[in-house]
Amino acid sequence: MSETIQGIEELNLTRKDFVPSNEVRWCPGCGDYSILANMQKTLPVLGVKKENYAFISGIGCSSRFPYYMDTYGFHSIHGRAPAIASGVKLANPDLAVWVITGDGDGFSIGGNHMIHVLRRNIDLNILLFNNRIYGLTKGQYSPTSQLGMKTKSSPFGSIDRPFNPSAVALGANATFIARALDVDGKGLQENIKRAQRHKGASFIEVYQNCVIFNDGEFSDVENKATRPDSALFVVHGEPMIFGKEHDKGIIMKDNHPKVVSLGGDWSEKDLLVHDETNSNITNLLLEMTFDPLNPTPFGVLRAIEAPTYDELLHSQISDVIRIKGEGTLEDLFYSGDVWEIK
Amino acid sequence: MTKKVVRINEATIRFAGDSGDGMQLTGTRFTEATAIVGNDLKTIPNYPSEIRAPLGTLAGVSAFQLMFGSSRVFTPGDIPDTLVAMNPAALKVHLKDLKKGGTILANANAFTAKNLKMAGWETNPLEDDTLNGFTVYSMEMSKLVGKALEDSDLTSKGIERTKNMFALGVLFWMYNRPVEPTETWLRKKFGKNPAIAEANITAMKTGYNYGETTEIFTTSYAVEKAELPKGKYRNITGNVAVAYGLVAAAKKAGKELFLGSYPITPASEILHTLSGLRNFGVKTFQAEDEIAGITSAIGASYAGDLACTTTSGPGMALKTEAIGLAIITELPLVIINVQRGGPSTGMPTKMEQSDLFQAVLGRNSDAPIPVIAAQDPADCFDCAFEAARVALKYMTPVIVLSDGYLGQGSGPWQIPDPKDLPEIKVTHPDPSARGEDGFMPYARDENEARPWAIPGTKGLEHRIGGLEKENLTGMVSQDPENHQLMTDIRARKVQKITQEIPALEICGDSKGDLLVIGWGSTHGSIHVAVERARKAGRSVSHIHLRWVSPYPADLKTICDSFDEILIPEVNSGQLSLLLRAELLRPIHQLNKVRGEPFRASEIENKINEILG
Repeated sequence: MSETIQGIEELNLTRKDFVPSNEVRWCPGCGDYSILANMQKTLPVLGVKKENYAFISGIGCSSRFPYYMDTYGFHSIHGRAPAIASGVKLANPDLAVWVITGDGDGFSIGGNHMIHVLRRNIDLNILLFNNRIYGLTKGQYSPTSQLGMKTKSSPFGSIDRPFNPSAVALGANATFIARALDVDGKGLQENIKRAQRHKGASFIEVYQNCVIFNDGEFSDVENKATRPDSALFVVHGEPMIFGKEHDKGIIMKDNHPKVVSLGGDWSEKDLLVHDETNSNITNLLLEMTFDPLNPTPFGVLRAIEAPTYDELLHSQISDVIRIKGEGTLEDLFYSGDVWEIK
Repeated sequence: MTKKVVRINEATIRFAGDSGDGMQLTGTRFTEATAIVGNDLKTIPNYPSEIRAPLGTLAGVSAFQLMFGSSRVFTPGDIPDTLVAMNPAALKVHLKDLKKGGTILANANAFTAKNLKMAGWETNPLEDDTLNGFTVYSMEMSKLVGKALEDSDLTSKGIERTKNMFALGVLFWMYNRPVEPTETWLRKKFGKNPAIAEANITAMKTGYNYGETTEIFTTSYAVEKAELPKGKYRNITGNVAVAYGLVAAAKKAGKELFLGSYPITPASEILHTLSGLRNFGVKTFQAEDEIAGITSAIGASYAGDLACTTTSGPGMALKTEAIGLAIITELPLVIINVQRGGPSTGMPTKMEQSDLFQAVLGRNSDAPIPVIAAQDPADCFDCAFEAARVALKYMTPVIVLSDGYLGQGSGPWQIPDPKDLPEIKVTHPDPSARGEDGFMPYARDENEARPWAIPGTKGLEHRIGGLEKENLTGMVSQDPENHQLMTDIRARKVQKITQEIPALEICGDSKGDLLVIGWGSTHGSIHVAVERARKAGRSVSHIHLRWVSPYPADLKTICDSFDEILIPEVNSGQLSLLLRAELLRPIHQLNKVRGEPFRASEIENKINEILG
């Protein structure tokens, strides 16, 4: 977006501007409330006019999100939000386009569109609510559910190996990948800000608790008491430190990340330093996700610069116009061999 | 020696060869030269769906037919007068269609023992009695181009490839067509490789001179200019015409054109054509699949572009859910279906008009949609333009039905003056549209169209989506009364489009014994058949439906004035079934599903059978 930080004051937006009058209908205690509140808190400080926000969603609990944002919104069909959002952004590059999706919507029925929107690097932002379950259809396993998980459609345990969505995003060569927690407002807000300011497709995976069908799925990182020891919040250029007493860190050993205690044999300078422009580091963090010996990484895992599809499209149009001149219907109609009947 | 020139009114030529022989190109170049002379014409390509079937086999034969004449030409011709056969397989496949006493031009060098065997000829038909009754010009095309190009730098394979240009040259001489346009075209096409351009030109001229000088030809033919309405013309295929129609509609509406599409035969040329028009501001998006093709277009429409998606039958099936989304969100969208033989992937390169049910009915729930069907290649321009105009005016998706025959076939197009094309008025609400109760995205104008508020407009923030909408507010609503109301409004809106449909043109008398009703690409064959039957004194007339949903307002009245109704369709009877329900009366059917269009004679025979 073109507005400067100075513009934020001129816009004079507050959280209230983004809260519509209609009632929010999620289950009491749902993680979605926190994500919604943090989005409404963050948008006013991004320097984007309220009317320039467009929230596009697919189907699922999370995809009701646009109804609860007083912006332009499009609640569409299963899995297609990234494709619809692509059309929105290409038609009107001035819009700040957000895709709201869930693990089923975005990575099962809409997996194809997800990888391609990331690959093309269209300048939009994708917020994935990952609760590792199908909530709206009342409790079947999803493409992110863990192996062995018992649900209505897997009474003997799921035999589907799960996706790690952020790793899929890296595989699709996404230029921005972040991970957040529904209960960590500060981290979530920071990721939303970074994503909106990133030029290109931004992908934020939010671990979100489904109180009804998959309560406690992320309890080790959701619980304030256990979080410091089970979550690693990475910051670009800083060593990977975590733990209640900031006493643990990540080193590389035998080509694998390993947790060490600081103070004894290890000091800060031995630790891995996060580099969001280095895909090897991003990959290493993503591999820690399902590893019980390592903390789960959060924060901006990757941010690189690359040309965006929307810019390339519009600059190609202006280039061709510059070379050929703006086409008129006469030019078009008479571009073949013409004869006249008098 | 002096050769005589015989004046004829019309001719039908079929070019046939191996799919690597360049028959489509040869046919297209002959068509262009014929168009420039001012004949009316129609063409039809016929090629295998494999990129390269094994060389010399029956499966690998590719053909191109055109009919041209000095009066109006409505079809690519029932049976060819002249067959160009570049190899034994081509002769084998197409001989049965050739007119009695017709002419065969064959490349004798290709009639080798191996090729004859592959085509299933036991002996060489050029040398035995097989072709008795036909006029056969057996020419050593490969050898002749070899000689003509012996000084060139081309490889022997490269020289062999120019034999189609030799054949074209002979045909140019035979039918008195100019060689210059093809000469210019070759120089442009092979601009980076002048040696190839010159070799092809030499081959073509060698063929032309061969016709002129060799004694085997004694006669050439002249076909006078056709008496078409005054104006400027060019030859155009239906697919290019669709692309132009969309660009023209966008210009007239002051909109940017967005195409979301996935390549599929026989619709891909629309994507190709529009992709080359960046300087018209055209945004083409080659999506990851058919669903992304249409949903990206829906997104672009939501954000204010004139959006369209192009496909063929199986792609249409994938787009179905999204079409429902466009219906309930009431966004303008043009959906082009260039039909082909089905079901499933069916026969990709063969024509059929069997997606009518799919277009009119093929969605979950009550989901009416306007459907317009093009009747000849040039009409594809008008249908695409009209579909866009109606989509924008009524805030609805519109389906355009074309087919492989129209899309890849060609005919002359009378070039319209852009000034004469109707303006398309599009309005978007401004911030003042926000009333005391907020903005009403599902309020209605006199045409039942809802306001198209574009994201980025201050104060009109609103949400749309696939869940049922509350009347006026557009909020999600599961209220039974509201669902009934919204379903009724959506149906009423499509029905209103009847007011856009001009009175049906009746070819023939306005009452009589038999009315032939057609839709889509059968127009030419039906027209010719009905004209012939009328000349023979039959009481028969023809109407052709461009809008197949909703029906024209005068359809029933006209039908009531005829004793019998016949509907010929290249499907198993789809319009027949729909119109039986509409008219509540018996209908005669003529159906054909062979991957090829009707011959006029087939329809004529059916007319005679019904009228006894």
